[in-house]
Formats: sequence, structure tokens, C-alpha cells
Amino acid sequence: MSTTTSAAPPRPPKETRAARRIRLTDRTRKERNLGWMLAGPAFIAMVAVTGYPILNAIWLSLFDFRLTDPSGREFVFLGNYLTILTDGLFWQQFGITSLITIVTVSVELVLGFALAMVMHRALYLRTALRTAILIPYGIITVVSSYAWAYAFSNTYGFVNGVFGLGEYDWFGGTWSALFTVCVAEIWKTTPFMSLLLLAGLAQIPDDYLEAAKVDGATAWQRVKRVILPNMKAAIMVALLFRTLDAFRIFDSIFIMTAGAQNTETLSFLAYRQTISRVMVGLGSAVSVILAVLVVLIAVMFVKVFKTDLSQQRGDKK
Amino acid sequence: MFRKTCVAGSALALLASGLSGCGGGDGGSTTLTYYIADAAQEDVATRCSSESGGAYSFNIQRLPNTAAGGREQLLRRLAAEDRSMDIVSVDPPFMAEFANAEFLRPFNDSERAEFSKGVLEGPLKQSTFRDTLYSAPLYGNTQLLWYRKSVLAKAGVDPSAGPVTWDQLIKGATQAGVTLAAQGRRNESLMVWVNALISSSGGSILQSGSENLPANEVKGGINSPAGANAARIMHDLAVSPAVPAGFSTAGEEDSRSSFQAGNGGFMVNWPYVWAAFDSAIEEGTLPANFKDDVGWAAYPRVDAGTESAAPSGGLGLSVSAFSRKQDLAVQAVRCLVSAQSQKEFMIKAGNPAALSAIFDDPEIREKFPMADEIRTGLDAATPRPVSPYYGDVTGSIQTAFHPPDALSPETTPREANQLLEDVLSNKRLI
Repeated sequence: MSTTTSAAPPRPPKETRAARRIRLTDRTRKERNLGWMLAGPAFIAMVAVTGYPILNAIWLSLFDFRLTDPSGREFVFLGNYLTILTDGLFWQQFGITSLITIVTVSVELVLGFALAMVMHRALYLRTALRTAILIPYGIITVVSSYAWAYAFSNTYGFVNGVFGLGEYDWFGGTWSALFTVCVAEIWKTTPFMSLLLLAGLAQIPDDYLEAAKVDGATAWQRVKRVILPNMKAAIMVALLFRTLDAFRIFDSIFIMTAGAQNTETLSFLAYRQTISRVMVGLGSAVSVILAVLVVLIAVMFVKVFKTDLSQQRGDKK
Repeated sequence: MFRKTCVAGSALALLASGLSGCGGGDGGSTTLTYYIADAAQEDVATRCSSESGGAYSFNIQRLPNTAAGGREQLLRRLAAEDRSMDIVSVDPPFMAEFANAEFLRPFNDSERAEFSKGVLEGPLKQSTFRDTLYSAPLYGNTQLLWYRKSVLAKAGVDPSAGPVTWDQLIKGATQAGVTLAAQGRRNESLMVWVNALISSSGGSILQSGSENLPANEVKGGINSPAGANAARIMHDLAVSPAVPAGFSTAGEEDSRSSFQAGNGGFMVNWPYVWAAFDSAIEEGTLPANFKDDVGWAAYPRVDAGTESAAPSGGLGLSVSAFSRKQDLAVQAVRCLVSAQSQKEFMIKAGNPAALSAIFDDPEIREKFPMADEIRTGLDAATPRPVSPYYGDVTGSIQTAFHPPDALSPETTPREANQLLEDVLSNKRLI
């Protein structure tokens, strides 16, 4: 990103708008108009489909508004936010969401790195291996959640049979239910993490590793001193993407526990208020808070951990 | 060349099927879009449409399997004033919510007389909101107590000899080393159980008269001896040796599989299980003589001296207020809920008819030997609270009464009542 800004042409000397307009050739002007004509519709469509719902959600979040009782709509200003932020349930679900995020992203990072190394180093059956590793990511989350829910089921699941756990009810307790949700999430999204890490791994020149080898570095030293430092940007980007995703977890929980046993997350809270209770105002407020938290996570990664997003686009070596 | 043509051909075919799919949405002025909740409704609809002599035909749309899923889909579409919906299948507890929001077309006096004639008390009560009929009852439903005859002697309880209580059943099942299956899963079935327990000891989840109050003035009736009884029984079962494995996540089908297992003893469940046993026998997962060992009785009591208030369920057909073919839809509903249709539906889906006379039909009596118990149950069944804010009511109860093993008769009723009132006044989240 920094390279793009520094590469920008030096600022031209100050001049009036009129003077600038005169200096534009017909061709430039036509090209500029054509640009607007080509990109304009897409721009308007983008604003309409993203900007409008966001602004509408913010506006709705200021009302006490039940969809089945439109006449009872009442402006409560920040009342909904106050209700949410003073409710223990919100903080409990914030905790559960954070826990799931931290656990799954950490495990995915380690596993994803190992898989990336395997994919990078494999000499034989490279394509088959990469495809095999990526299969879970190609499965729809709802489908994989059902698969894991059946796997852990105490009546027809195979997990209890394999580990000799009898009729143990995985979904009957908070921790065991969260464990199953985390397993399903990790299984599903580790390939995505490994794909991003593989891109970073591929950018490390072999010379570095050979030089380290010649200098007598052990395998562990090569990973720690050469590979990891050179992959930092890729790792941070992978972590950022996965953290943002994991924080919004919904599908697995909806399918596997339906939020029972205190396994509800913030997305689930928004769903319950908006869709189940049709309390559009309250639900919008939860969604706005969730969106703000996601933005904060992104800002934290970019500003505090100095994640360089241009790395992913290959702008910078 | 061949490949190119082939690809282009397939693309065209896809496009054409997509277009015809889109065109099917409205499908002419005599096509009624009918949202069904049970696959067997489609067979009845097919017959009705052929009998109508071309007056109407149906575009069948299937609602999600779960009660909550069906409610959400209907609610979303109706709130958006979806004009493509004509006839909708409404689970009775959700009817008041839709009716209050003016999503459903009220039946007029003559239609009301027609659709109420011969209908059992339970199904009729739950189709009416503020003295107006909004749903034509298609079927009524109530739970029975099912038992394995072979375990009775060891358990020391005999439901066939007279009414039994939950306490007797828990004790008896424990003594016999068998299970007592109920629905502890946190969904609508938990609400069904809580409502039945509270009503069976003379209480009610909402205080009477709350039907017409604004949400923040509705008062709960859970903080009462009836609420305490419900919490105690649920807790006692959940921690007793008679509880089936995975109780806090068990729905109706899980209960049935516990009952069918080697240590199955007792179960509360809807009558569809009788037809489901047949299917299991046909599939070979149950021995052919399994049903010989199965008995049934009225829903268990809470107090030995007070008659039980069995759960009430079912399905009603309503006409959407946004439909552009409302008169035609009413005409179709006439056929869809006719005595013949209800009988057909009962045989196919195993769900009890709402019309009393059907239970006297010889074919029904042969297929459903417990027909009399179902009819009595339907008449005595207590509907879930009729409230325009039912979504909040059931959500609060499901949160407060789950997991069953953590309930306490001292604290649960108070907390549940508080949660319910706070949620209704928009002070707390669920």
C-alpha cells in the first residue's frame, strides 16, 4: 500500500479549476466520461446494495419496531443499544464468540501452516494432494455442519463408537457442544488458511533456504529464522481474513446446537432478535454493534499488527 | 464443433428451464399458491384440484420441517406483503401473531359456521383469535402416554387401569430400569411440554386477559405453584436414571427412538408415532410384533386429583390477506379441509383429524385403535398461549426452561416470569 502512495506522481502546482479544464484534451475528457459511463452503473449498484442497507440498518436501530406491529413503531434513539450493552446475555455471547474465534483461528493457523508446507514441498501427486486438502473448503458450511452433527450424534454418530464413549451426548453440555462446533469450523476452513499461507510460502526465494542450509541451520531454525519472518505479511493477512470470518460464525451453531446450552454467538443474537422475534430495531442494533466490532478487528490488524494487505495482491515483494 | 454445440445447447436448455421456473410463480389466474407443512397435504391438493373441474389448480410450496422454521418463513413473506401466497398452513400457536398483524383474511360468518361445524373443541379454540376464525382446522393434534406393556409389572404402574402421574412414571420407570421419553430439546416441543405441565396443574403461562394488551403490559403466570410443579417434574426426570440419553437435545423423533430401544418403557408423544412404528416394521428396523407390546393412555397428570391438560397442536389453513384470489382460495380450502380430505390426510400422515365424526369411521378405527383416546385428548387439550407476541413468549420459555436438569422449582418460575415480562417490554434479549 505504501508503495502505491509513494509511486503517485508529484502534486502539480496549484491551478484553478477552469485552467485545469482547459488543459484537458478532448480525448482525455471523452475517456473520462466513458470511464464514468462504464463504471457508473456498477458504482451506483454497489452503493445501492451495500450503502443503503447499512444506512437503513443504522436508522432502524434507533426505533422500537416490531414487524408484526408496524403501528407501534417508536423512536427510542440509543435505547436499543443501551438495552443490548447492559444485558448480560450480550456479553456472554461476546465471550463465546471471541472464544470460538481465538480457538479456531489459532488451531487453523498451526494446521494450515503444516498443510501449506506439505502442499509446497510435495514432489509427487501435487495436484491430487492440493485438491484433497481443499475439498472441505468447497463444501457448503450448512452441509458440513450437518455432517459433523450426525457424526457426533449420540444415536447414530460414529464418533462415540470409534472412541468408545457409549451414549455420550456431545450437544448436551456447553463445552462439549462448543468443542464440536470448533471441530466443524476448523475442518471446514483450515484449507482456506493453508491456501493463503501457501501463497506466502511460495514467495520465499529458495536461495534463502539454501543459504541457511549451507550455513548449517537445522530444519527448525530454517522455519523459525527464514520462513516465518519472510511470511509474516502473509500470515497476518490470513489471520485477518479468518478472524473476521470466524467472528461472524452462524451456520455451524444454527445447525449443530440451534444455540442451546449457551452456545449462541453474536450473529445468532442478531438472528434471534431480527428473524425470530421480528424486533427489527433491536436486531438492527445488534447487527450494527457486530459490524462495528468486525471493523475494530480489521483496524486492529491493520494498525496495531501492521498487516500489509498489498502483500496478498503481490504488489510488493 | 460438437462440443461447442453441445455446450450452447445445454446452456439454452438451462435458460429455458430457468425461465419456465420463473413463469410458474404466478401461473395464471386459477393457480393458487399453497404453502404446505406436510408432504401428505400435496396428495389431498392433487385430488381437490382434479375434482374442481379446472376451477383451480395448485402451485405447491413446502415450508421448512421445523415449526419455528415454518413460522419464520411465513412471517417474513407475509410481512413483505407477498402477493404470491394464497393459502398458507399455519401452526395454531402462531396464528394469533399473524392475525393481529392483519396478515390473514378473517373468515366471514357463513364461512366460520361452515369450517367450525363438527370440529372438536381443542382445534377450534386455537383457530380463533378475538372471536374471529382465521384458520380452517385441517387437523388437530394431542399427545398421549405410550407404554410398553411388558414393563408395567416391573414398574408397578398401569396406565391402562387409570390415570397416572409424572411422579409415578418417573419412579416406575426407574424401578423397572427403563426410560421415560419426553421432549427436552430447546425448540417448540419444549414449549409444548412446559405448557402442558403448567396447564395440568391449573396454571397458565400468560395471565388471562393478556390477549388484547400491548406487549409491555402482558403479565406472565409462571411464577406460581403450577410453574414450580413444571420445573420440579422436568428437573426430576432429567436427573433420574429413567432419563433417555441425550435428553436435553431430544425432539419427538429422538423420543421415539428411545422408546423403540431395548430399554424403552414410556413416552409422551404425538399419535403419528403409531404410523411411524408401521414404517419401521416395514423397513425391518422393528420386529413385526412390536406394536403388540405398545399401549397408550391419556397424557400423564401432575396432581393425581386433577385431570391432565394434554398438549395441543395441529394445523390450520388460512387465506393470505395479500392474496389476489381470496375467494377462489376459500373455495379451495373447502375441499382441502373436507371430511374426506381429513380422513385421507389422517391415514397418510398419521395426524388426527379435527372433525369429531372422522373418529367414528370404521377404517380410521381399524387403523387407529386409540381413536377414542385421541378424540378425548383433543377435546381436553389446552392450546399454547394465544398471544400476538407468541414468538417472544415461546422464546423466553425455551430459554428459561432449558436445560431441564438445571431447573429448580424455587428459582426457575420467578426467573422465567421475569425474563418473559422483560423480553416483552424490550428490556432484555433472548
